[in-house]
Amino acid sequence: MARDDYEIVIGLEVHAELSTKTKIFCNCKTAFGARPNTQICPVCTAMPGALPVLNEKVVEYAVKAGLATNCEIERNSKNDRKNYFYPDTPKAYQISQYDKPLCIGGNIEIETSNGTKKIGITRIHIEDDAGKLNHDDLGGGSLVDLNRAGVPLIEIVSEPDMRSSEEADKYLKKLKSILEYIEVSDCKMEEGSLRADVNVSVRKKGEKAFGQRTEMKNMNSFRSIVRAIDYEAQRQIDVIEAGRKISQETLRWDEVSGKTFSMRDKENAEDYRYFPDPDLVAIKLSEEYIQNVKNSLPELPESRKKRYLEQYNLSEKDAKIITSSKYLSDLFEKAGEISGNIKAVGNWIISDISRILNETEQDPISIPFDAKQLAELVMLIDKGTISSSIGKKVLEELFENPRSPEEIIKEKGWIQISDEGAIKEIVLKILEANPQSIADFKAGKDRAIGFLVGQAMKETKGKANPQMLNKMFLEELNK
Amino acid sequence: MQVSREEILHIADLADLNIEEEKIDKYLLNLQDILNFANIVNKQDVSNLEITIGSNEAKNVFRKDEVKVFENTESLLENAPKKEQNMFKIPKVIN
Amino acid sequence: MDITELTVHELQQKLKNKELTAVQIVKAYIDRINEKEPKVDAFITLQLEEALKKAEEIDSKIANGEDISSLAGIPIGIKDNICTKGVKTTCASKMLENFIAPYDATVMEKINAEEIIDLGKLNMDEFAMGSSTEYSYFKKTKNPWDLTRIPGGSSGGPAAAVAANLVPWALGTDTGGSIRQPAAVCGVVGLKPTYGLVSRYGVVAFASSLDQVGTFTKDVEDCAKLLNVIAGRDEKDTTSVDVGKKDYTQSLGKEIKGLKIGVPKEFYGEGINQEVKNAILNAMEEYKKLGAEVEEFSLDVAELSLATYYIIACAEASSNLGRYDGIRYGYRTKNYNNVRELMKNSRSEGFGEEVKRRIILGTYVLSSGYYDAYYKKAQQVRTLVNNKFNEAFKKYDVLLTPTSPTTAFKLGEKSTNPLEMYLSDICTVSVNIAGLPGISIPCGVDSKGLPIGMQLIGNKFSEETILKVAYAYEKQTKFRENYKPTFKEGV
Repeated sequence: MARDDYEIVIGLEVHAELSTKTKIFCNCKTAFGARPNTQICPVCTAMPGALPVLNEKVVEYAVKAGLATNCEIERNSKNDRKNYFYPDTPKAYQISQYDKPLCIGGNIEIETSNGTKKIGITRIHIEDDAGKLNHDDLGGGSLVDLNRAGVPLIEIVSEPDMRSSEEADKYLKKLKSILEYIEVSDCKMEEGSLRADVNVSVRKKGEKAFGQRTEMKNMNSFRSIVRAIDYEAQRQIDVIEAGRKISQETLRWDEVSGKTFSMRDKENAEDYRYFPDPDLVAIKLSEEYIQNVKNSLPELPESRKKRYLEQYNLSEKDAKIITSSKYLSDLFEKAGEISGNIKAVGNWIISDISRILNETEQDPISIPFDAKQLAELVMLIDKGTISSSIGKKVLEELFENPRSPEEIIKEKGWIQISDEGAIKEIVLKILEANPQSIADFKAGKDRAIGFLVGQAMKETKGKANPQMLNKMFLEELNK
Repeated sequence: MQVSREEILHIADLADLNIEEEKIDKYLLNLQDILNFANIVNKQDVSNLEITIGSNEAKNVFRKDEVKVFENTESLLENAPKKEQNMFKIPKVIN
Repeated sequence: MDITELTVHELQQKLKNKELTAVQIVKAYIDRINEKEPKVDAFITLQLEEALKKAEEIDSKIANGEDISSLAGIPIGIKDNICTKGVKTTCASKMLENFIAPYDATVMEKINAEEIIDLGKLNMDEFAMGSSTEYSYFKKTKNPWDLTRIPGGSSGGPAAAVAANLVPWALGTDTGGSIRQPAAVCGVVGLKPTYGLVSRYGVVAFASSLDQVGTFTKDVEDCAKLLNVIAGRDEKDTTSVDVGKKDYTQSLGKEIKGLKIGVPKEFYGEGINQEVKNAILNAMEEYKKLGAEVEEFSLDVAELSLATYYIIACAEASSNLGRYDGIRYGYRTKNYNNVRELMKNSRSEGFGEEVKRRIILGTYVLSSGYYDAYYKKAQQVRTLVNNKFNEAFKKYDVLLTPTSPTTAFKLGEKSTNPLEMYLSDICTVSVNIAGLPGISIPCGVDSKGLPIGMQLIGNKFSEETILKVAYAYEKQTKFRENYKPTFKEGV
């Protein structure tokens, strides 16, 4: 049988680091990239006698994430210890949540090639991150850095509702966008603040029971996840087709070879001995608390999209591109407001900005310029100070070395020539050099005008005002 | 409940402890003794009772999200058996 | 005058009247320690030079007329599972033999704020697991009333040190009786406060839902004074409770006429030594004389609590002691080829037998397949025990029981049979299970001259009541005037 006879079943466990100032159970900073072991204290290094105290923002952020993904909020929640020994886990347990996670039973909608689909969210719970193991190039050992130990995480567990790597990709992107919108995580995948455990199984189409699944842990790039799912699904199909069985195991995705490998050893008999953490007290959320968090939620992408369709007459496709990222959407609204020409701002975002982001494989959040600079660019064009083709060059400059567009065009000498005398001089010069075009025009070929304007633009390196050129050529030719 | 040799070895492994071969029987005996005694809890009818986790009924004891720097982070590394580049040194961990 | 014989409130008076200086007090204790410590072995770490220096500083503050705490210059001893910044905190374990605490426990911050002078760290059962202090990795502490006997445990060091006048008072911890039982067998006053009254931050965890810091003192008045110092909500311990600032000495001396004392008969039935029983019966009579209403009643929680205790305490301990892995601090094995062996061998070599036994029991009751039968059941039984105590406190203001089923037993007598050792806690554990306050005070001696203790149990946060009731008895019977430790060998 072929791949088409099988159905792929995917479930994702996404870990997002919350963007709180301090760790989940102590007052240490969470900043990324600090010198090893400088953001630590007795609590996150698990010194004897130290005790955890829960950060209120962590609860708030998790509830926000739950509400934004249509979850029920658990009124009686608690923290549980998940016990296991690993050198990056100083307490020898993670403080997680077992049977009473903060959020349960939600869903998010994704757009697939077959239309809209709901992906179920089983639960969202809070927990602490582990430390980091660095390799010691000199001595050949490993080195434990505990700056990350205790950074707050939410784990978002999906239902096994996805049926292709495309759906998994869409789900992850949507989830990332929601978390960014509600500002609970900066979702920087390259810093590991968003990562996913991917569960994959396959079954023959029409079968009800799930196949045996395998798990790929700690994946932190969309592209790898898509590749890994496709590879792993095919591997499982091949195994089944060869008459063998899939074994339940944890796999490691190797980016270079494009293959998954079994992570043998340590986890042959996992038994985490969960029990309620006696160092922490119950979390009991009132209706009032939940309502307050609900009221504090910012406008979510779906609602923004709808508003853009109505308010700004954007097309469905354009509105989707802009709202796919909170950063883009904010940029759109702010630059629109400053420039007074939101339509033009939208066009820049949909066309050139999106193109450059794609080409350079960047996230919108890494756009180096701000809304004010984009607005200024739009206004310069609107005022006729520069042409839109110069505008494209200015935008590239903004990506390279962001500063005021006004400054850029001065520095580069890109100011549009709108002086009548100067334009006339250029027009006469071009006409003199192109007698054939004049003849063509006289013979009724209107296209000749376009050619002449093009020549003039070339001559001025794009700086001449095209409308004025057009007008003046016509005047001269009709004389 | 009867505890087997295999079981106690598995439990010791979960607890990250070795048990010396000659001490297995002693551990088994002690564990069995205590479990037999602890079985009193299984003779109680508690089916309608909630669990008690801690000794007080406090709830929602949270902390503000405010940075307080622990000044002497070096002292947290001073007890380390081995350290290097301000980190705890251990044998190479292969992922 | 023997300075070390004085209570803290007496020392305070003499400091205030300038009859004594802090240096004189500390020197007297240094002399006493030099004389008796070789016999008793109560200390793991001594801080005598530092103590003398602090005493000098305090005396010069007094001389300069500075405003200082009324307890400034009073010495203290600290059980070695309470973190003391810059000083070894070993938990009497090979695992932490060289561990220097990088921070102070909250109770130590409070002690230091009063300028009370720490003379040193006191011996205990390893990680507070035991009832005789014989499970210390370093030494066996002896009972000052008979040097061939145990001082109780796990806070055997603090109890013996107070009894032997090596310190005027001490801090200990109590998870299942670890303050009250040693206080009883050493003839001193030991208080385990209500769970949540005193911060656990910086107290090396054994069983988080049961551990509580408490006091060892020569008398009840000192007990109230030391409780004044250590009590209070701590933002670093979410299980600590704010009950407002109280002066626990205020209730002392108040009448107990009409007060209802319940005596649960299950607490002095089978397994309780006859001489201990008689002492309790006498105490009941004393209270009647003082005008209290004393009544026997049934409270079937002792055995149930002990079973629950060993499940819950061991389960929590198995998790709390996971952090000792030889990576960041503590003992590291020499015998390893990879990180797994490093962790496993360090733990196996660094922990003593009793600690390992309890970790294994705790791991077992939490492991899949047994969780519901043991751990969850125990938590439900805990609710049952709470309910039964709640019923009892509807009828009675305090409960009176023996503290320990026997007086001090011989060194080595029970250390080979864990279950028998565990039964030493039969009278005390229910108090931890329910999170109640309990105080043990001396109530006589047996035919060998060994002290007998009785326990007064109060409702949650009713420390004032049990202190008042204990104080009334103490004033009436004057144990300290009638009996003193003899430091003899064998009776």
